[in-house]
Amino acid sequence: MAQLDVRDAIRKGLLAGVIALGLSVIGMVEAFDQRDVITDVFSLGQLLLFAAPAVVGFLVVKGRDIRAYGPALISGALAGVFAAIPIFLLLMLTLIYPGLRAQLVNVSPTLIGILTFGSGQIVGGLLLTAVMGVLGLVGATTHVIPDRISDPLVLGVGWTLLIGVLSEVLLNILRPLLPRGVLRFLFGTKGITLVTAVILLVLITVGIAWWRAQGRERYQKRIAARSAVQVANARRTSLGAGLLLLLVLPFILGTYLTEVVDNVGLYVLMGLGLNIVVGFAGLLDLGYVAFFAIGAYMMGILTSQGDLGVGGISFWLALPICVATSTIAGIILGTPVLRMRGDYLAIVTLGFGEIIRVLATSDLLKPVIGGAQGILQIPKPEIFGFTILQPQHFYYVILASVFLALFISSRLRDSRLGRQWMSLREDEDVAEAMGIHLVKTKLLAFGIGAAFSGLAGAIFAARLSSIFPHSFNLLISINVLSLIIVGGMGSLPGVVVGALVLVGLPELLREFAEYRLLLYGALLIAMMLRKPDGLWPSPVRRRELKAEEQEKLMMQAEGLE
Amino acid sequence: MALLEVTDVHTYYGNIHALKGISISVAEGEIVSLIGGNGAGKTTTLRTISGLLRPQHGSVTLNGEDLHQYKAHQLVSKGIAMVPEGRGVFARLSVAENLEMGAYHRNDKDGIADDLKRAYALFPRLDERKTQVAGTLSGGEQQMLAMARAMMSRPTLLLLDEPSMGLAPVLVELIFSTIADINKEGTTILLVEQNAHMALQVAHRGYVLQTGEIVLQDSAKNLQRNAMVQKAYLGID
Repeated sequence: MAQLDVRDAIRKGLLAGVIALGLSVIGMVEAFDQRDVITDVFSLGQLLLFAAPAVVGFLVVKGRDIRAYGPALISGALAGVFAAIPIFLLLMLTLIYPGLRAQLVNVSPTLIGILTFGSGQIVGGLLLTAVMGVLGLVGATTHVIPDRISDPLVLGVGWTLLIGVLSEVLLNILRPLLPRGVLRFLFGTKGITLVTAVILLVLITVGIAWWRAQGRERYQKRIAARSAVQVANARRTSLGAGLLLLLVLPFILGTYLTEVVDNVGLYVLMGLGLNIVVGFAGLLDLGYVAFFAIGAYMMGILTSQGDLGVGGISFWLALPICVATSTIAGIILGTPVLRMRGDYLAIVTLGFGEIIRVLATSDLLKPVIGGAQGILQIPKPEIFGFTILQPQHFYYVILASVFLALFISSRLRDSRLGRQWMSLREDEDVAEAMGIHLVKTKLLAFGIGAAFSGLAGAIFAARLSSIFPHSFNLLISINVLSLIIVGGMGSLPGVVVGALVLVGLPELLREFAEYRLLLYGALLIAMMLRKPDGLWPSPVRRRELKAEEQEKLMMQAEGLE
Repeated sequence: MALLEVTDVHTYYGNIHALKGISISVAEGEIVSLIGGNGAGKTTTLRTISGLLRPQHGSVTLNGEDLHQYKAHQLVSKGIAMVPEGRGVFARLSVAENLEMGAYHRNDKDGIADDLKRAYALFPRLDERKTQVAGTLSGGEQQMLAMARAMMSRPTLLLLDEPSMGLAPVLVELIFSTIADINKEGTTILLVEQNAHMALQVAHRGYVLQTGEIVLQDSAKNLQRNAMVQKAYLGID
């Protein structure tokens, strides 16, 4: 039987406590407290704070696989209590030394209010310790009681909280559909109401319990019993439904959410382009934003009706020119870096991105592209006398571009050129020995990758009507690269998933904005540890990681013999 | 006229004079072996022939055509295939994909399918492991794969760099008997080896390299009997 391990529980508990303390003193807890998950009951900040003891309680018990109630509950509670200690110490410190805020600006009265449930440092601190102890206990319990009870409960709580967090989105979608009374009943001023939360919790928990107990088996039976024709029909139906959903999405989502989706779409476009360079050909490019900027500026110069516009031509005529310019820029960047590999390539491309940004802000080019003032009065595109104005209208332009890029990417991936890129990524020397023209192959990757980004930039310029150099900073390159890594290198659906997670989610939860980079870092580290092949890996990557596991198994088997 | 003619080639690495006037000729249908110790210039010679290095002096011709007007990647379609030292398989691709890459510059689907069959017949081990990722093959299997992949381009001249490196003795025998088989099917082979013993057994003729110069050339049989070769490379006193 697994023993009670006091030291382990204390160590992990303190670790969780330090994390909770960290989140508090950098101001995250306070910022997230603005958003209620359940109106007036529970805020996102509290969720952040109290996740630590509950999770650590669970982990401590799970790590040692303690199955007996006694030791499990004790270690859970112990971990929970110790998770409270760092914050408790902070509270005591604010009593002894009230000037602490001069050093830690985020330790505000509001934060202390949140941490102490508004009841003074000593009482509140003890209260907090007790609550966290109980949460540790609860976390531990979920491991000890049978899975068929704990799984639905945990999932039920999780989904209810998630729906609570995203309640604003739901409200946006449901507002035109439901009468106001119903809405007021379901949603509070911020977050869902307590009644909704309870209803959701019960529904989801029971639903999952039923699914686990019976539903899944029945469903699988029905799936297995289907004929080939039925399977094909079902696939066609779901594909059609998916397409239809994409087409009517702007009507469901409303202006604000469509704007978010538009942003995600532009990132998907850039992600698909960078995916060709990094994912397919294995050339690490950190200056990718340059092509986005070139596409945008080209659109600005060609179509603007302001002082700087030279062409005054239409959006549709300018679009291919922007794409072509970016492609040429990609090839121009590619030529000097042909002999660079790996890190060196990354450094040089990083420099290229900065050169373009500095050029955009410089006085040298000010007469042409406006320097820091940028280019204004870029007209909205028109099509058959209809002006593309709203985010909902741009949605279709972006959707069409994304589909085009997806189509080109998937065809390229399976083409001869795709094979060339793949072998280039695997081993440049062997690729050359196979008779692959390295120069041509690399330049094509840079050029085509840049073209997608230029397209995104051109649409971006027309959508905003004005462009400024500070929109094209290094962070965009990093974002695009991160979304490829999170989605899965070389995987097309991965790019879409990555963009939704890294661009979509932070837009929905505006409180995240300030901590965006912190969360990126945390997410990337977590991904590297848990899912290094990305959320939706490409078949090659998946197979490769599976092969490593197989190898490990084989080695273990050999070791046993 | 010989198939491959290397005439008075001088190759430099920066200031280092690596090849000091090497001349080699390989006739059609032969197996020719270059033997020599570490740093003698064996690999440099191969890299010069395959266009990865450019000589400052001298010429390399295939069927009388000067090879140095071509870039390294164009030589594959001229009929030269090289198996680099340390094997160099595409570690993350499957065995079948590796072989397909070997036929990369070809367009004849039927011919490729035929050659694929031939490659699997030559190396039955690869047939068993078609779908396996190349990086997980054993060293010997990777060497087989690299050779099979080179054969997929239907070369007239196959350049092998140290095929026995790091392999178990059983596998070395297997690799060398396969080299003989490939040669019997009509491919000319230029082989660079440290394992002089095995190399001279399968080769028709051999060259001995020392510090960038050819010090000896003869038929393989005579080289095996040569006192200097026996002492220096075969470990016979």
